[in-house]
Amino acid sequence: MNIQHTLPLQGVTPERTGSYRTDHLLVADMVRAGSRVLDVGCGDGELLQLLETRGIDGRGIELSREGVNRCVAKGLAVVQGDADTDLVNYPDDAFDYVILSQTLQATRQPRVVLENLLRIGQRAIVSFPNFGFWKMRLQLLIGGHMPRTENLPATWYDTSNIHFCTIKDFVELCGEINVKMERAVALDLYGRPVPLNLPWWVWNMFGEQGVFLLSRGTKGK
Amino acid sequence: MSNVRPITSPPIHSDDRAHETDHPSSLVAKFGMDQPLKLDCGVDLAPFQIAYQTYGELNADRSNAILVCHALTGDQHVNNIHPVTGKGGWWDTMVGVGKPLDPSKYFIICSNVIGGCMGSTGPASINPATAKVWGLDFPIITIPDMVRAQAMLIDRLGITTLFCVVGGSMGGMQALQWTAAYPERVFSTLAIACSTRHSAQNIAFHELGRQAVMADPDWRGGRYVDEDTHPHRGLAVARMAAHITYLSDAALHRKFGRRMQDRELPTFSFDADFQVESYLRYQGSSFVERFDSNSYLYLTRAMDYFDIAGDHDGVLAKAFTGIKTRFCVVSFTSDWLFPTSESRALVHALNASSARVSFAEIETDRGHDAFLLDVPEFLDIVRAFLHSAGKARGLNDSDGQS
Repeated sequence: MNIQHTLPLQGVTPERTGSYRTDHLLVADMVRAGSRVLDVGCGDGELLQLLETRGIDGRGIELSREGVNRCVAKGLAVVQGDADTDLVNYPDDAFDYVILSQTLQATRQPRVVLENLLRIGQRAIVSFPNFGFWKMRLQLLIGGHMPRTENLPATWYDTSNIHFCTIKDFVELCGEINVKMERAVALDLYGRPVPLNLPWWVWNMFGEQGVFLLSRGTKGK
Repeated sequence: MSNVRPITSPPIHSDDRAHETDHPSSLVAKFGMDQPLKLDCGVDLAPFQIAYQTYGELNADRSNAILVCHALTGDQHVNNIHPVTGKGGWWDTMVGVGKPLDPSKYFIICSNVIGGCMGSTGPASINPATAKVWGLDFPIITIPDMVRAQAMLIDRLGITTLFCVVGGSMGGMQALQWTAAYPERVFSTLAIACSTRHSAQNIAFHELGRQAVMADPDWRGGRYVDEDTHPHRGLAVARMAAHITYLSDAALHRKFGRRMQDRELPTFSFDADFQVESYLRYQGSSFVERFDSNSYLYLTRAMDYFDIAGDHDGVLAKAFTGIKTRFCVVSFTSDWLFPTSESRALVHALNASSARVSFAEIETDRGHDAFLLDVPEFLDIVRAFLHSAGKARGLNDSDGQS
């Protein structure tokens, strides 16, 4: 499993506001100041650094040794670990927020991972590439190929993304495991929010990725 | 058999070393009968002394002190010419102006552990009760005992909180013990190539070393000083075996391969035909010049007994509950003495305690000894960790990260 934190990947330069990526700023805006955050799959620590500038106590887990060492060299509290196997080692309610950015689709058990996120954290912020994006649909429908996009350039046989889902699928899973969606944003190819107040099916069609702020649903719904 | 050479010649500098044992050429803190060291074995050790070195200046706030804890066969001479071997400090790669542990920024302290043989009280010291060398009459010491003695030294230096406790291998064990025992006195902890407990395999290697020492007829039940013998062969064998565990298969192969030592063909004897044999013999013989056999027994024993979780109902996380200390844990890919899995177990426990921890595994083929060597990625991580902890500590880092 190769955790892909940084979307967009090759070929696409994420839009930046000042020195920060637009999608990171969006995630950071979902986090209350002064809270404790765990970033699962934190890559080279760009989001953690942004959070620290806002007085947030951030920790990270990253699978790749290179990523971890770059984070530690930046003075960030990051450990080498795997979302599938290492989240169980964290106690309940250890964090205010747990962030899983562009990683859910690469985990072996997305549902278990999601449940762990909301066990460890009071809230979870999850972003993932939307397989319902119109370009994906078109490639399968017209081209007859497994879709490849600027952000997901890997072929079917060497991709680390083994559990793709659409925004609609994700929303359904949240309902099934009694997760409450506090905020949902769809981002375009460059990490810019898709204009608000559009129906779900539009997001599912035009959102290249979805970003969700989640909390635990009330027991028994 | 005329073609069998002894492993070592008798130690050349044994007199120098013997002198260093009681009269070290470094700073010494003496503790009298009124300040005993309370040992885990139940003995109150008094009087005793701790030999130490310092580098740099303590700042006005007394907030920039770093305690370096040395490994099994290290000593207080971190960054100066060694009084016995005449060689440089054992951690010149890490400590020095412009290095990660920079004496122009930090006040760096390193003391010889209790039980050692470079000036702190140990089995090679004179027992004041008998006016003879302690030998095996010296009480068994533990890693917590070493740390308790260091804490008395730090008290004497007027330092309440250490900015950082740093150590690799046995030094890392001490750093972790410091943090578990005195969490409020340790602002940050850097634990390198170590573990919270000594593994069965490591205890086994230590037992091999101790048996080699004790099998030397010159060891004389530990009374070799009284009987004027030098058990250098046993200690050299112990060192040779231990030295292999500090390296890796890949490193040995890269360094020596199957190359011959000053010859083209095998001699069909037990002479050191291979370079790797010659190297090991050199390691063994140079070690005995600077180390005391009984001290080796005591210090290996202290490591064997180490088990932080054992002191906390078997639950490691309990040792660090609610801790504020910042941790950095580092392991090396080819270290099979303290493999990454040991560091990972520590990191899991620290996560479970909600401690602030960074953990990096460094890719290298140089084995356990990598922590003593010039491994740039490792040095960068230490530098960055101290820089970040220094900012949180309010240390003046105006000169920035180099």
